[in-house]
Amino acid sequence: MDIQLKRGLLDVCVLAAIKNEDSYGYKIIKDMKPYIALSESTLYTILKRLELADMLSVRTTEHGGRLRKYYHITDAGLKRIAEFKDDWQEILSIYRFVTKEDDGNDQT
Amino acid sequence: MTKLKFLLTLHEKLSGLPQDEVEERLHFYSEMIEDRMEEGLSEEDAVAAVGSVDEIAAQIAADIPLAKIAKDRIKPKRRLKAWEIVLLALGSPIWLSLLIAAFAVVLSVYAALWSVVVSLWAVFASLVGGALGGIVAGIGFALGGKVIAGSALLGGGIVCVGLSIFLFFGCKAAAKGLLALTKLVVVWIKQLFIKKEEA
Repeated sequence: MDIQLKRGLLDVCVLAAIKNEDSYGYKIIKDMKPYIALSESTLYTILKRLELADMLSVRTTEHGGRLRKYYHITDAGLKRIAEFKDDWQEILSIYRFVTKEDDGNDQT
Repeated sequence: MTKLKFLLTLHEKLSGLPQDEVEERLHFYSEMIEDRMEEGLSEEDAVAAVGSVDEIAAQIAADIPLAKIAKDRIKPKRRLKAWEIVLLALGSPIWLSLLIAAFAVVLSVYAALWSVVVSLWAVFASLVGGALGGIVAGIGFALGGKVIAGSALLGGGIVCVGLSIFLFFGCKAAAKGLLALTKLVVVWIKQLFIKKEEA
């Protein structure tokens, strides 16, 4: 898949993983696993990018005698998910146009 | 591999990066390993599940933009000592002028290459001019009764047309080639930076 496109999609995936409740690194990877495989280093880069864009906030809490970082979605993050849903309608209509062209070529 | 060994090796591989960034990444991987162990994996398996250190280090290097690598490299790792600053200032007439000279040499070579392309296009333009002039003058002479001179001019004009068509493709290829060369050099400079970072 095109790298830029995948990057944008993964950003939204991670936001969706923390949408309903705050989550932590390993849980995000586990929750996404049935849908899309994500390596630790990729997740780190995405989380960092989303944090810098103020789409999520980070808090460190103690968990079982060690520290764990929890990620919390912000209003900007929720807005990004909503935008993605709108974008998707547009992408779907582009997809329909592209595949229609394919059908046309097949017939000739 | 134990968690400690993993983190130490990763720390070593990332030594070229800023310290705070390295620490943040190490915390992140440490948390990932511990969360897996909490789920019941052995330390060995938890470390293996996170991936190999080499792969992680390579991906981190790829993720960081070149501009940041360059900035971090140019920024001195420690504060300069007083005598180093004095030496830099005293030496500036030498190293600054050398730097400017080197830059000027590179720039002039590049300008010379482009001037070849420009002059090729100039020849092309003059051939087109010659062709137009020859044909128009040739027809004029022929209509005026000077058939021999007219046909000579017309022939010259047609030769110019032929040559200009050939040269047009030559000019285009030269300009294209130079652009490709420019791109190659830029990529080469980028790779120099990244290789240094990996070393």
